[in-house]
Amino acid sequence: MSELTEFGLEVSAWLKENRPAEPDFLLPETFMEVGTDSQFRYLRDWQQQVYEAGYLGMAWPKEYGGGGMSQAYQDIATAEMARQQVPFMTNTIGLNWAGPLILQIGTEEEKQRYIRGILSAEDIWCQGFSEPDHGSDLGSAQCRAVKDGDEYVISGSKIWTSLGSYAKYIILLARTDPDAENKYAGLSFFLAPMTVPGVEPRPIRKMTGEYGFTQTFFNDARIPASCLMGAEGQGWQIAMSTLTFERGVTGGQAGGLSMVAVQVEDVVELARRVQRDGRPAIEDPLVRDQLVRFLTEEQGDRLCGVRSSVSALCSERPGAIGFSGKLRSTEHRRRLCQFAVSLQGESGALWVGDSAAVEGGKWQRSYFNAFSATIGGGTSQVQANIVGERVLGLPKS
Amino acid sequence: MNNALSTAMAFSDEQSMLLDTATDFFRDKATIDYVRGQIETPAGFDNELWQELAKLGWLGLAIPEESGGSGLGLAAAVPISEPMGRQLFAAPFLSTQLAVQALLHAPDALSAEWLPKLASGRIGTVAVSEPGGSWNLQNSECVAAVTGSSLTLTGTKTFVADAQAADVLVVSAHLNDAPVMVVVPTDLVPDGALTRQVVVDETRRCYQLALDGIEVPAANLIDGSRAKAALGSVRNAALLLLSAEACGGIAGALDLIVEYLNTRTQFGRQIGGYQALKHPTVDVLIGLERSRSHLYHAASLLEQGLEPEVALRMAKAEAGDSFAFAGDRAVQFHGGFGFTYECDAQLFLRRAMWCQYQFGDAAHHRKHLADMLL
Repeated sequence: MSELTEFGLEVSAWLKENRPAEPDFLLPETFMEVGTDSQFRYLRDWQQQVYEAGYLGMAWPKEYGGGGMSQAYQDIATAEMARQQVPFMTNTIGLNWAGPLILQIGTEEEKQRYIRGILSAEDIWCQGFSEPDHGSDLGSAQCRAVKDGDEYVISGSKIWTSLGSYAKYIILLARTDPDAENKYAGLSFFLAPMTVPGVEPRPIRKMTGEYGFTQTFFNDARIPASCLMGAEGQGWQIAMSTLTFERGVTGGQAGGLSMVAVQVEDVVELARRVQRDGRPAIEDPLVRDQLVRFLTEEQGDRLCGVRSSVSALCSERPGAIGFSGKLRSTEHRRRLCQFAVSLQGESGALWVGDSAAVEGGKWQRSYFNAFSATIGGGTSQVQANIVGERVLGLPKS
Repeated sequence: MNNALSTAMAFSDEQSMLLDTATDFFRDKATIDYVRGQIETPAGFDNELWQELAKLGWLGLAIPEESGGSGLGLAAAVPISEPMGRQLFAAPFLSTQLAVQALLHAPDALSAEWLPKLASGRIGTVAVSEPGGSWNLQNSECVAAVTGSSLTLTGTKTFVADAQAADVLVVSAHLNDAPVMVVVPTDLVPDGALTRQVVVDETRRCYQLALDGIEVPAANLIDGSRAKAALGSVRNAALLLLSAEACGGIAGALDLIVEYLNTRTQFGRQIGGYQALKHPTVDVLIGLERSRSHLYHAASLLEQGLEPEVALRMAKAEAGDSFAFAGDRAVQFHGGFGFTYECDAQLFLRRAMWCQYQFGDAAHHRKHLADMLL
């Protein structure tokens, strides 16, 4: 048996043995939906347990707290977590965006200070990019950072801060030079504490009725000048590299799951259980056609992932698969959840809390929450602009 | 269930070289002026260029070495079909490959006679469609009857591609309620048996074939398990190469759209800046990427001798729909010019409709997939 196969069996056994008991509350399905203290504690404890067992950050350097092993091991561990559908890693922003960014361009001191806490979930990270008036248009961010001696004074507000109520650090995009030659050149990037006076995360109630985001207010919050990443004026560039991690274009993430996968298979099973107009939904020819469309799309995207590593089959537009990944996967999830609701016929109009709601209204909630991914991290419409402009060379909109 | 689907994706250096060479070759030879010129000719292709394909060894890719081919297998024909489709090149390539697939299951004497000829530039085709329009190839209503040493055929075939130019036809029929295939050299086809059909893709040549009166030696029969295998191989090859051609076609239509969106100016700006045009163009690209992934996966399964049916049907459904969308948008995005015969967008739309309805459209394949997967 190869070492990797053996490793797979080991992870599989560990996960079976250590998987946390089902809680007596509804768990969130993505890191953007962590809305209560009990949800948060449950998920943080789980991440800590996985890290201590050695199955997280396996390919990150040992000297900073990683496993120092090849990516193949982490990929196996992550795939096994997906297979067993264990809970996801709640510190996603640290693990998948801030962490890889720090490892890529951070100073030695930053790596020493931050990486271990990201992996152990001791230090939760959040992201301060979007602002109330500037969602996908990050370049227009207005939140100010004014240098004052060996400190920066931050004023303004950020919005859609996932985990804002629990985070110790924030990756923060702020304007250091309002008079710069263009709006991008005036931006700087900070690895900033959330725990200083003047930082106030205020929970936002989502369309589901639950919590999970904050609007984060900075009222002349003073942070050490050493929080600046890179140099003043490099903020835009660093934010863009962060987004390539966020959108999965660049590898180097710590591993583990960041959401509950919604697979077509789950909706096929749902179609067997529910009735439409008095008949099992799975017998309806239109339902069958639509399910196969979703299966074909899901398999197509899976195969795109495989093909992207065969360079001879991607030579003409090497960025096409990577840059379209977020658009493809998030829209697929949204449409699939929407379809899962439509399968329920009249019960599709019920909501979480009704005793007759199909599976507790889980699909209705999933559908609503799916918008977090088609909107967050650059809306699908912005993603389509990016693919159109960078991959196809179309003019700017 | 879907988790159990294979994700095999093998692409050899040899296939990669074929793809590069064929891409350059067809870009160079099959310019749009050439393609439009061929529409006006009776045969729809020129024999000189066809013979070049033979010399390059591309006609014998799926033919074993001992029969005059290179023995690389059907998957190696995908990197030829894809760039062919991109340039809208029409020649009896698919027809001949399908005849090869049938003849690979023929008794030795038949395959030994015909395969070397097809590898070296003679033309073959299959006659498997019938007026009823069934896409199930095993259900032919045409009748084969054997009397002594001769075999006669009755019934009607439709969509027999390139029949006029072909040297040999392989015809499906039934004999004593079992499916068979019959090898018919075209010199045994009576005058007047072929009637040209008017098909949407004007680069194609297609015929209705009256079988009544055709008589061939009884030895030209492929029957029993060989016949079932032959029909299966014809179907697999058709789905694979039509998907390849469609993938090429999507890429060609996308080139045409992008080129126009980057040059045409309206209301003081390049129209590609308008999201109403840009975003559907991105959808065309995504359709292309997904289709190509399905295509080369299906090719990998065939090459590795693994069960290809799910992959082939998914490839054909995805590529068929994506190409239809690409052709449709190519016309629309060219505005008034797109409505004209002169605009090349219609050529892609016509080819897309051709590919969609040959050997089962997307809805047909999804229906079969539903029965296999749900």
